[in-house]
Amino acid sequence: MGLAKRIIPCLDVNNGRVVKGVNFVDIRDAGDPVEIAARYNREGADEITFLDITASSDNRDTIVHMVEAVASQVFIPLTVGGGIRKPEDVRRMLNAGADKVGINTAAITNPDLVRECTDYFGSQCIVVAIDAKRVNEPGEPDRWEVFTHGGRNRTGIDAVAWAEKMAQYGAGELLVTSMDRDGTKVGFDLGLTRAITDRVGIPLIASGGVGNLQHLADGVLKGGADAVLAASIFHFGEYTVSDAKRYMAAQGIEMRL
Amino acid sequence: MQKIAIIDYNMGNLHSVERAVSHAAAGNATVAITSDPDMILKADRVVFPGQGAARDCMRELETRGMAEVVREVIQTKPFLGICMGMQVLMQHSEENGGIECLGLYEGNVRYFGTVHQDIGVRLKIPQMGWNQVWQQMEHPLWKGIPDGARFYFVHSYYVEPQTPDLIAGSTEYGISYASAIARDNVFAIQAHPEKSADDGLKLLGNFVAWQP
Repeated sequence: MGLAKRIIPCLDVNNGRVVKGVNFVDIRDAGDPVEIAARYNREGADEITFLDITASSDNRDTIVHMVEAVASQVFIPLTVGGGIRKPEDVRRMLNAGADKVGINTAAITNPDLVRECTDYFGSQCIVVAIDAKRVNEPGEPDRWEVFTHGGRNRTGIDAVAWAEKMAQYGAGELLVTSMDRDGTKVGFDLGLTRAITDRVGIPLIASGGVGNLQHLADGVLKGGADAVLAASIFHFGEYTVSDAKRYMAAQGIEMRL
Repeated sequence: MQKIAIIDYNMGNLHSVERAVSHAAAGNATVAITSDPDMILKADRVVFPGQGAARDCMRELETRGMAEVVREVIQTKPFLGICMGMQVLMQHSEENGGIECLGLYEGNVRYFGTVHQDIGVRLKIPQMGWNQVWQQMEHPLWKGIPDGARFYFVHSYYVEPQTPDLIAGSTEYGISYASAIARDNVFAIQAHPEKSADDGLKLLGNFVAWQP
């Protein structure tokens, strides 16, 4: 026995409140981040990721307070992503109680930011988030490019080469989201996660497309992911994190039960 | 009320450790993050965390005079090393091309990558996530924690003690390695108890109550 594969529920946060609907009947305020994080912790979530989707920079402080509140009650790793542009943003999140900070668009506009942050704060707390889309024509070899702005803007950067570069720059982990699959519920783009995990020596979190528990298991068994991230299947009460863990364990995947 | 000092030597974010120790102490201790030698010397217990590279850790410890403080308190007070705070207790680390550490215990700090290559396994580095800790000795800090409980780890280097009697816990990652060490008033763990949910809090609570 050894290192377990991880399940990471992901929550969208706007103005310091969780905004993705959560089907928790006994909680009066479904948007309370501490209640939700505590619930996921009880269900056995291995980590929790918060994605800050706050549009106005004036309201960005609210996530700092939210992370502080969650971190004083829930003692598992917390990752915060969204709107991280400079080392100061990373520092604030870490001081608030985040264990890892996700960097996405800012890494593309300024790759040295990743090197600077991993040098200063340590690789263990820097997750580089990669939003990738398949760009090959049918019949051509598989190829993915990095996209920004929710999959609207093409960067021209090859996703696998980018993953390798970010690993060289000291990233501790990669969060790889298939923009083709995100929101579709048809499963991860396993070719994408496999292509990256075969080339990169740091842990990979697969994201985008989970619709059922077999998709989570496939992310590990076929996609070679070290961790799987999902949002909606947990939010709307279709499955609990513990359902997912038992299901994956039954397929021979090492899990923390 | 007893005082617990968390040694701050500019190596990473200590708030998580402070929150978890405070939570585990449940009002029976005051917990302070401090770089003041006086405060550390006067504390009833000491927590020695740390993350980042061995070179930076040793440099910060030496330039701040903190190495001497650690050497002193580790002789007498209940002392808990966490992560890099375990590694630097050893003699030498392979990190950053070779770094002399505090040398309080015989043994070295080795890179997973080298060992994995030698034995022909390919595993992700850092080891990141929840792995099992197999208890290798009876110890008050293991009280109430099941053998093989999972703790949260993030590390690329591991401790290889020269004598097995130092090993309090072991973990498998390609090889079996020492994930916790203990002797007299000192306990040190490679995992992050402050991020290891209930079993982590239990270990911290046990530390707060420990009378070595």
